[in-house]
Amino acid sequence: MATARASKHDWPNALFVLPYLVVFVAMIVVPLGMGMWLSTTKGDLFGVEANVGLSNFTRLFGDPIFLETVKNTFYFVLLTVPALTLIGLGLALVLNTPARWATVLRTIFFASTVLSVTVVTLVWRLVFLPDGGLLAVISEALGRTPIAFLNNPDLAMPAIAITTIWWCIGLPMVLFLAALQQVPRELYEAAALDNAGRWTTLRRITLPAISRTFVLVVIIEIILQFQLFGQPQLMTLGGPNNATRPIVLFIYETGWRQWELGYAAAAAQVLFAMILIAAMAQYLVASRKGAQ
Amino acid sequence: MAGVTLTEVSKTFGGVAVIQGLSLDIAPREFVVFLGPSGCGKSTLLRMIAGLETVDGGEIHIGERRVDHLPPGERGVAMVFQHYALYPHMTIRDNMAFGLRNIGTAADEIATRVEAAAKSLEIGHLLDRKPGQLSGGQRQRVAIARAIVKQPELFLFDEPLSNLDAALRVRTRLELAQLHQRLGTTMIFVTHDQVEAMTLADRIVVLNDCRIEQVGTPMDIYLRPATKFVATFVGSPTINLLPGKASDAGGVALVTLADGTQLQTAVPMTGLTPGDTTIGLRAEHVRIAADGATKATARVVERLGERTLVHVELADGSPLVAEDAGISSVRAGDVVSLNINAAAAHLFDADGVGRHAA
Repeated sequence: MATARASKHDWPNALFVLPYLVVFVAMIVVPLGMGMWLSTTKGDLFGVEANVGLSNFTRLFGDPIFLETVKNTFYFVLLTVPALTLIGLGLALVLNTPARWATVLRTIFFASTVLSVTVVTLVWRLVFLPDGGLLAVISEALGRTPIAFLNNPDLAMPAIAITTIWWCIGLPMVLFLAALQQVPRELYEAAALDNAGRWTTLRRITLPAISRTFVLVVIIEIILQFQLFGQPQLMTLGGPNNATRPIVLFIYETGWRQWELGYAAAAAQVLFAMILIAAMAQYLVASRKGAQ
Repeated sequence: MAGVTLTEVSKTFGGVAVIQGLSLDIAPREFVVFLGPSGCGKSTLLRMIAGLETVDGGEIHIGERRVDHLPPGERGVAMVFQHYALYPHMTIRDNMAFGLRNIGTAADEIATRVEAAAKSLEIGHLLDRKPGQLSGGQRQRVAIARAIVKQPELFLFDEPLSNLDAALRVRTRLELAQLHQRLGTTMIFVTHDQVEAMTLADRIVVLNDCRIEQVGTPMDIYLRPATKFVATFVGSPTINLLPGKASDAGGVALVTLADGTQLQTAVPMTGLTPGDTTIGLRAEHVRIAADGATKATARVVERLGERTLVHVELADGSPLVAEDAGISSVRAGDVVSLNINAAAAHLFDADGVGRHAA
């Protein structure tokens, strides 16, 4: 009875969430639904020509270029997410001190994050340039032949991964720093009295204390890095020989160069599912571990 | 069991001295309480002994060993923290075993010690839980058990009872006293609660303003406070301090209060300057009595059950706390007579130094 009475009188409370709900539905739910609907159609910017059911998806899984982009995207995520997480954690551990030098370095490491992708890729093109680039100059100084990183199918993706790690390292570092500063100092003092060395303290005190942030960083980075687009678009145009073409670049070119909106929307749904599965899997594994 | 010797120990934080040239000897098996108000440096001193704060000057010895340059783990001490500092992701068993594993103690030895400590503190049924699943009192027991399993030379307690409710605090206090009797290990306990200090300590070190005010047994501190600060900090209710004039009356001080009351103290005049002084009278030495010589007006009556505290005003308006029997007929506004036991009075000079009956 009490519940029924409460729900009868509590409906005006829903008005408080209504403004956000309207924006959420209009900007997220509707486009998501439209994307799903578009993926079952054939059409261009002038309109939908026909409803083709799931044939866009069957075509996708038989398209060698799309499958190559899926492989490239996974490879890129594999190159960047573990590195971003571990380097971010390492930097945070080293810079988690009130000393002035640490403050300066924290600012420097975070500074790259505020740059736009155009600036970042320009800087790194100058590093990787085989003719007069920074690495080329160093190679020549050491008496070695400069390597054309961005023109080598085996090295282009690692080069883009390095660029991305340099660009994105600020966020994981700041998240880890925030988590580290939440660990009570008394725990470290108790560990010191318990004869715990640096490695034991890191493994048994620090890492368990920040495990939730660890999961958060991995999920955020998986979601972000699956959406790779700007760096290959500006550095390699997906080449050489499609070696750096990620899914989003495929979607962009299919949708806005070849005007196959339905086909591009289907590829977008596949990417959406991949991100969702990867993030959920990571979350489930982490929460099961936490429960134990 | 090891004693502790502090020699001219000092500590500064950003140019501000928090401990100044402090020396102290703690005997083996002794239970010493550092007592003082917030910010007096008592916790800093404890943390310096533990190795959690560096020592800027002086030496610390535990037993024969100089330890002030050693890391905390090598000092042979165990500490119980105010907020317990249990490792939240480890079970209680792992919390207790962590320190022993780090020094390579054999697994069966660890298991034996953990079981024994858990049994003695009645936490055996909690060993496989995590700290988050325990109540405050249970966590405190685990923190104490974690200290016990290490079998240290010295126990350090940093206000360990302050997060417990009143009833649990009294019970844990008693258990700590029993623990000390059973283990016989040297213990240093930091608190700002004078009742904890009086009930637990073999000796109390009263600290104020970065230095030691007095070191003594609880009754020494209570009966012969070295300074006005010690007299006011220890004892409940707070000692009555009244201005008066001292004069020589046969070798001992006769103090005349502002309302004209004359109190024949037992404090020798030797070294005491006649004239202005402050007399200290504990409430139990100011009794409500029909034949009392001093008249006063009751303002507030506090009935505590076993005794009654009567806050009175003397004829000149000076406030005073007097004591009456548990069942008292005094009401606020009554004019009462006070029987002051001046032989138990303390005198404090202008510098706050205390003088007592010989």
